[in-house]
Amino acid sequence: MMIKVEAIVREEKFEDVKAALDAIGVNGMTVSQVMGCGLQRGYTELVRGMEFDLQMRPKIKFEIVVSSEEWEKKTIEAIEKVAHTGEAGDGKIFSYEIRSAFKIRTGETGYDAIQAN
Amino acid sequence: MSSGDTAFMIISAALVFFMTPGLAFFYGGLVRRKNVVNTMMACVSIMGLAVVMWALFGYSLAFGGNHGGVIGDFRWLGLSGVGMEAGPYADNIPHLVFCAFQMMFAIITPALFTGALVGRMRFKALFLFVALWSLVVYYPLAHMVWGEGGLLAAIGSVDFAGGNVVHISSGVTALVMAVLLGRRRGYEHTVYRVHNIPFVALGASMLWFGWFGFNAGSALGANGLAAHAFMTSAIASASAMMAWMLLDVIKDGRPTLVGASTGLVVGLVAITPGAGFVPIWSSFIIGALVSPICYFGVPLVKRKLKIDDALDAFGCHGLGGIWGGIATGIFGMSSINGAARWNGLAFGDTELFAAQLIGIAVTIAVAVAGALVCYAIVRLFTPIRVSERDEQIGLDLSQHGEHAYPSFNGLDQ
Repeated sequence: MMIKVEAIVREEKFEDVKAALDAIGVNGMTVSQVMGCGLQRGYTELVRGMEFDLQMRPKIKFEIVVSSEEWEKKTIEAIEKVAHTGEAGDGKIFSYEIRSAFKIRTGETGYDAIQAN
Repeated sequence: MSSGDTAFMIISAALVFFMTPGLAFFYGGLVRRKNVVNTMMACVSIMGLAVVMWALFGYSLAFGGNHGGVIGDFRWLGLSGVGMEAGPYADNIPHLVFCAFQMMFAIITPALFTGALVGRMRFKALFLFVALWSLVVYYPLAHMVWGEGGLLAAIGSVDFAGGNVVHISSGVTALVMAVLLGRRRGYEHTVYRVHNIPFVALGASMLWFGWFGFNAGSALGANGLAAHAFMTSAIASASAMMAWMLLDVIKDGRPTLVGASTGLVVGLVAITPGAGFVPIWSSFIIGALVSPICYFGVPLVKRKLKIDDALDAFGCHGLGGIWGGIATGIFGMSSINGAARWNGLAFGDTELFAAQLIGIAVTIAVAVAGALVCYAIVRLFTPIRVSERDEQIGLDLSQHGEHAYPSFNGLDQ
């Protein structure tokens, strides 16, 4: 069973999360800059002394596809460990099953498509 | 008093002023995007701080009276007695114009060393450090070189526009502070990518433009010597740029815009002390040689010695300034400017060369000692370095609560 792990973390945690994934041997990933809000519900910023309410905060989203539930657990643990600060805004990690995978260069499908070779 | 000289010097002062915002763009472009506000703020805030200090007591300490050839006194406190009449330092321009021209140098000099400290120094600590450093290092050095009865002028060392006072002093301070402050997070393995190359080119161009006022204006009059300094500056800068481009091509096959911008700046650094002393032909040599010195000096500092001189304030201003001071001792001619008592080494005299070496050594000593003293004082009042978390978040948000840029889709604005 292929599983996608999707982690939305603080911008400044990008490097730490990347390093943590490298450390457990997860090499393939897709990273995007995203905007969002959770329980934190935005924040205020001061511009020339006036407060402005902002709704969305920039975050970093990691998408990683792994090949088993064991790897899903390892990946989530590795991310959680470095992305945690305890303050509101630490982000979320989601995971779900993947229906199919296709490696464009080689034409491999399924499990083979996400393995290093 | 000459209205022509006065007009020229007021414009030159404004040109020198323009270098500091230029430096803000030059440095701001070189850092990562999370630190650009903080990096530019370092330069911008000094535009406020240095002017207030200069008018209150800085000018008086640097140029008013003489105590032991090292420092002035408080006779011109708050610019009292500094007026519209021609002053003691130049009989062709109002005293206030001389004071204003010198003021701009007091702004740019501390702004230069902030380039070594980006990404990890608390802003409040930096601000306090700059204030103390102006007092402990800059005013005494300006007095020693340009003030009445100054020590370095007395031994025959010459510094046309501030190679010692401005570039060596700030470059050496940058090195000392980079060591004391420590390296940025992840220094060994992270690439600190230049985040805005057009900013770098804009800043370098503003610096070059302003530098014409810096060097030509140091003639203190609209005259032939100003024209001479103007031209040696242009040639040294252009030669250094060409040399840096050549080095880039030899190393990687392609010239870079960051390299060309850096080259033109180090060329200006190198010609600064000699602009009004060396013959035109030597400015080609001074410019062409400074680029390899800095090109190979920078990795020596950063890789071999592992000192995080982040934007190469020492690698460019320190090394370039030292080369410029030595080059002045090699190529200087008293027939170009009578302020040089002897000719340079290339023309058979050794006295000027020796005086230049002493001038450089004294400047380095003052800068090292002064930086250590200022660092120790600042540390009594505030931590010097930001927390690891604040460094990770970036100094823009942690020190100023500002983002330089909206996120890519602008939803946070």
